[in-house]
Amino acid sequence: MSAPRVALLVTCLVDMFRPSVGFATVKLLEDAGCTVEVPQRQTCCGQPAWNSGDREHAKALAAQVIEEFEGFDYVVAPSGSCAATVVKDYTEMFKGDEAMVTRAKALAAKTHEITSFLTDVLGINDVKQALTTSVTYHDSCSGLRSLGVSEQPRKLLGSVEGLELREMVENDVCCGFGGTFCVKFPDVSNSMVSDKTRNIADTGADMVLAGDLGCLMNMAGKASREGRNFKARHVVEILAGDTKTPAIGEDK
Amino acid sequence: MSGHVPTSSAFKSNSQEALVNRNLQAALRGSRGNFIAKRAAARANVPEFDDIRDQARDMKNHVLANLDLYLEAYEKKVTEAGGHVHWAETAEDARRIVLDICRKSNAKTVNKGKTMISEECGINDHLAENGIKPVETDLGEYIIQLRGEIPSHIIAPAVHVTVPEIEEAFRKHHAHLPPDRDLSELASLQAEARSELRAKYFEAEVGITGANMLIAETGQSVIVTNEGNGDLSQSLPKVHIVMASLEKIVPTLEDSATLLRLLARSATGQEMSVYTTFSSGPKRSEDPDGPEEYHVVLLDNGRSNMIGTEFEEMLRCIRCGACMNHCPVYQSVGGHAYGWVYPGPMGAVLTPSLIGVEEGGQLPNASTFCGRCEAVCPMRIPLPKMMRSWREREFEKNLTPSATRYGLGVWAWAAQRPWAYRLAARIANRSLGITGKSKFSKLPLAGGWTKFRDFPAPQGGTFMDQWKAGKR
Repeated sequence: MSAPRVALLVTCLVDMFRPSVGFATVKLLEDAGCTVEVPQRQTCCGQPAWNSGDREHAKALAAQVIEEFEGFDYVVAPSGSCAATVVKDYTEMFKGDEAMVTRAKALAAKTHEITSFLTDVLGINDVKQALTTSVTYHDSCSGLRSLGVSEQPRKLLGSVEGLELREMVENDVCCGFGGTFCVKFPDVSNSMVSDKTRNIADTGADMVLAGDLGCLMNMAGKASREGRNFKARHVVEILAGDTKTPAIGEDK
Repeated sequence: MSGHVPTSSAFKSNSQEALVNRNLQAALRGSRGNFIAKRAAARANVPEFDDIRDQARDMKNHVLANLDLYLEAYEKKVTEAGGHVHWAETAEDARRIVLDICRKSNAKTVNKGKTMISEECGINDHLAENGIKPVETDLGEYIIQLRGEIPSHIIAPAVHVTVPEIEEAFRKHHAHLPPDRDLSELASLQAEARSELRAKYFEAEVGITGANMLIAETGQSVIVTNEGNGDLSQSLPKVHIVMASLEKIVPTLEDSATLLRLLARSATGQEMSVYTTFSSGPKRSEDPDGPEEYHVVLLDNGRSNMIGTEFEEMLRCIRCGACMNHCPVYQSVGGHAYGWVYPGPMGAVLTPSLIGVEEGGQLPNASTFCGRCEAVCPMRIPLPKMMRSWREREFEKNLTPSATRYGLGVWAWAAQRPWAYRLAARIANRSLGITGKSKFSKLPLAGGWTKFRDFPAPQGGTFMDQWKAGKR
């Protein structure tokens, strides 16, 4: 069997804020025997428009993603949220346009969040890494409830030699990011993220990991303001063995 | 205008006040987690729970597709049993109908079992304005009636009140209380409320209850309570008025059992509520007791307009409250911030349907779409999807704030032009990176973020540029 051709859906936050997450994802995919390509015309999956009720712009961006990515064997994103937009929302956006619904469905069927792609699709259970540390894992909402990403990252983290996973209470409760929610309702968002950073700190873990950069920037930003001493990283950084890159918001 | 004057359009300032209200925050923290743990345990004991959810969803969808038929069948059964069905198109109609019945009964006091439809219609204020005294008999409702408040939760109306605040309300209103009477514990508060309310049951000429279900096959109304107050409210006075919205109908007795298997488990984590009462109409000649008159006020108030729209599925709701118990936004700010009768995720969908998106539009925006509400909804109502639909309606009606619209427009213009998007990303990336800082405590145009959190700086260079330059 030839290597599967995987298109990386970089996601706008990773592109802009934390390219190392993109490179860690590429490494994991290549180590797993995939050929990785990065479609050059990609920008954003359209979720901000869709969740703001702006259907027309959302459809325009979804059409762009479909066009750009449908020729590959798989589409993989280091984000449950962006992957869920492709998997769950595109067919809804094009309701009534049968041709586009068919294309959206086909793309949805081969689009995956990175940890579930590695485990559920490729059957990988061991990332062959060693790191002596303690971590806690925050289940980002879209990945967890739209795509069922829960056991997959934990299974892979469990394969990292020396890593201890300490679950926090309410690990499946929203951190308060919610895209534009965090700036539209900053006070409510603050209440939610304050609960989250307290729950993380209570585990005593060295760092919090998650599968979505938006949630991570929210939690890291709050922890920094509060002077907490845990770090925040995307889960793929640990799975790919990248701890040299400073953690989110950490001094170089 | 129906009942309470809404303040839903002020959700943002309501929520800011709620977040600094220490009593409210203490009450919310105290109850948080209880409902969740109990529901999870009850659900875990029923392996076929998800199958029951599917059955219930399908049954209710069938009802909504044939609502007229079931309502007519129900009316026929009620009439045959000697009861009366009153069709109330609006809240105002419902107020008029209830007042008429009370006046005909020469009522001075009306006992109330818990009913959200009465809250929706503002029945208490209307009766009081017309010289009739409404007495809430559900403990939570009684407490908030003393405090002059509306419920903050659809099944736990006083969940926002702390024990010392209840004591304060009792001491203020129960004039006979000796100062040394201990009211510091829930049990002593319950005993005090019980002794006060027992006497009232025999004074009332009319009893008003809600209905968790109306059964078309039998013409019965069903209520579930944990205090037995509903039974006393409806069987002791000579007139019983049931207030129900029209989507409460189920086809058969068997169907009501399906919903009962879901309701208490989802709501309080009980297998069944303590009391489940089926009312079949007025007292028959062979009955030892019961009301002489039995009236059902069937409220529409905008619900039939939801049928055939993207909000129809909301009419499956059985008012268990699981969505708000699991909602991190509700749990942060409590129910009053939502500004009208129905709070939490179900309120965020229902409120704009009933009072208009112009007034209620902030509520469906006040969600992170975390999806926990849908995950626990026993009726599988896609709440986040419907909140998104409201945002779409707002966008179409130009109700979305102009700054948001403008921002979306500029962003979407660039995102459809990869060259422009790359350029903008590069500029933003460099200007944030130029300071060499790892994070920002203040940033122009990002005050909503930096008011409470630092903003992590970008690593430097976009992924797309670095990939193109050959970095691996």
